[in-house]
Amino acid sequence: MIRLEPRPEPSRTAAWLSPLLAAGAMLVLGLVLFTVLGKDPWVALQAFFVDPIASRYGVAELLLKATPLMLIATGLAIGYRANVWNIGAEGQLTLGAIGAGGIALAFGEGGGAWVLPAMLVAGALAGLAWAGIPALLRTRFNANEILTSLMLVYVASLLLSLLVHGPWRDPEGYNFPQSKLFDAAALLPNLIAETRLNIGIVIALVIVAAAWVFVRASFVGYRMRVAGLAPAAANYAGISAHRNVWLGMLIGGACAGLAGAMEAAGPIGQLLPVMSPGYGFAAIIVAFVGRLHPMGIVLASLLMSLLYLGGESAQMRLALPSAVTGLFQGTLLLFLLAADVLVNFRVRLGLRRIA
Amino acid sequence: MDTFTHLLVLTLAAGTPLVFAALGELVTEKSGVLNLGVEGMMLVGAVCAFIVTAKTQSPWAGVVAGMAAGAALSLVFAVVTLSLLANQVATGLALSLFGVGLSAFVGLPYISVVIEGLKPLSWPALTSLPVVGELVFGLNPLVYLSLALFVVVELFLHRTRAGLILRAVGESPQAAHAIGYPVIAIRYAAVLFGGACAGLGGAYLAVAYTPLWVEGMTAGRGWIALALVVFATWKPLRVLVGAYLFGGVTLAQFQAQAAGVEIPSQLLAMLPYLATIVVLAIISRDAALIRQNAPASLGRPFHPDV
Repeated sequence: MIRLEPRPEPSRTAAWLSPLLAAGAMLVLGLVLFTVLGKDPWVALQAFFVDPIASRYGVAELLLKATPLMLIATGLAIGYRANVWNIGAEGQLTLGAIGAGGIALAFGEGGGAWVLPAMLVAGALAGLAWAGIPALLRTRFNANEILTSLMLVYVASLLLSLLVHGPWRDPEGYNFPQSKLFDAAALLPNLIAETRLNIGIVIALVIVAAAWVFVRASFVGYRMRVAGLAPAAANYAGISAHRNVWLGMLIGGACAGLAGAMEAAGPIGQLLPVMSPGYGFAAIIVAFVGRLHPMGIVLASLLMSLLYLGGESAQMRLALPSAVTGLFQGTLLLFLLAADVLVNFRVRLGLRRIA
Repeated sequence: MDTFTHLLVLTLAAGTPLVFAALGELVTEKSGVLNLGVEGMMLVGAVCAFIVTAKTQSPWAGVVAGMAAGAALSLVFAVVTLSLLANQVATGLALSLFGVGLSAFVGLPYISVVIEGLKPLSWPALTSLPVVGELVFGLNPLVYLSLALFVVVELFLHRTRAGLILRAVGESPQAAHAIGYPVIAIRYAAVLFGGACAGLGGAYLAVAYTPLWVEGMTAGRGWIALALVVFATWKPLRVLVGAYLFGGVTLAQFQAQAAGVEIPSQLLAMLPYLATIVVLAIISRDAALIRQNAPASLGRPFHPDV
């Protein structure tokens, strides 16, 4: 018989080992999957995980796609630590793109150096406001933020669709549902020549570092951690649960909004009906796989970004559908949650002792 | 035909996927388990039902496959949360993300495939009766099945000993365990039932309602079903009524377009999501109401030694 024995204290080693275990299990599953689909598993693995980053351009793409993921996951992790479940980051990202795009379309032409900063601020504020709705509903009406924040993802994407099909459609765009291309003043400056990598990655890293300081060294961050670890103790100590909901949601929303603004002002450069290949959802996985820890989140965002690139590469080189990316992402999180049993329990073989 | 009757028929048809998914989730939650993976289970149920129907030309085989697929996915959730004691919220989210990815992956070759779906019943002598003919005799067979499911769930939960034990497990797993009921096994059964129902809801969409396969075709119905269980304060009859109300709201956009109302389609498409948010806020506002009706151990893992 296999049985689980509670550990007196959570194991720190297991906490760091389980993401590696999960990633390993995901790789094994990938090998099996590729074999079942009739591909040489080693060739497929190389096409998926090695080829995309074998060039300078590839590495730049890896960092480019990791940018929104680490930014959003950092914001979400602050909420998750306090048991605030914002899962609507995809919608907050969309609102961020709308906010930034609105500024770019209105003032981009002949605008000065202030246009880009204004776009980023507008994006962050739009994401923050969108996340404020579930925060208000939770604190005022006790409504579950998981469901409300997710419903708002659908509303946000319909809102963007409305804008690019209607008032913001490029009049010279052959009736395609997209805005006109942003002017140079509304685009993030490039970081490495001949690649698409822009200064967004620097902004994201600065915010990740700031979040680390916030969580570790600020009193507000401390109170949020207490509320997550021991809600009853936090309540007794007079830590306001409502305040944590507001902080957790708004920080997550602002980060996702900024990520959306940087997608619009970065690799996309205009508004399209869909602004993200699910970064807002993938970032939830990044936050968990990264153990809600800034350093872990940066590493996990690189892994998740590699899964996106691998999916594209597998489509081109192996004629596998790029949807395989979503499959890998979901599997990774399921494996991680399963492996996390080792953090709080010891696995014992043998019969139960009779006490 | 009578326009009002026809509208009622359409409303029943639109609400049915929610009836299946929400009744299944209701039973799962009554056992104290919160499975947020409904959207993923519906999608995988939908895609499997569609593929099997396309291969066998038998929509009923597809329906069975959809249920089996939903149950299989819920088994993953059950193993991770019940045997490995993972956080139910995180695992449910993971299951939804996984289901979205899996269904998109396996459904890709079937996107423009045409199938012969399940047709509404038609007995000319009966369905042509005035006013009630179509409403009583001319619905899709799966709509009747969903009504039967409602009756079964209602009777099971409140009129059978097994239902009482299930509810006891949801209220106090420690007490149920102490008396000697197998808490984990009962929860497994409840989760699998919920998964099969979600799969059935997805199957209904893919082989009866539309019938076709489109990536992400459930469009958030799994999440709306989760919200419905809360609106209904965990009562089957209210789930049924709520599902049809939401079915009616999804119809509003088609009705408005047919009537030539000049509103952008996106605004009308937002209605079901906005309605979910508003109703959820109104019902949840009464915290005591939720506390009294929600299963007391909802979302908490159970391990006899902890």
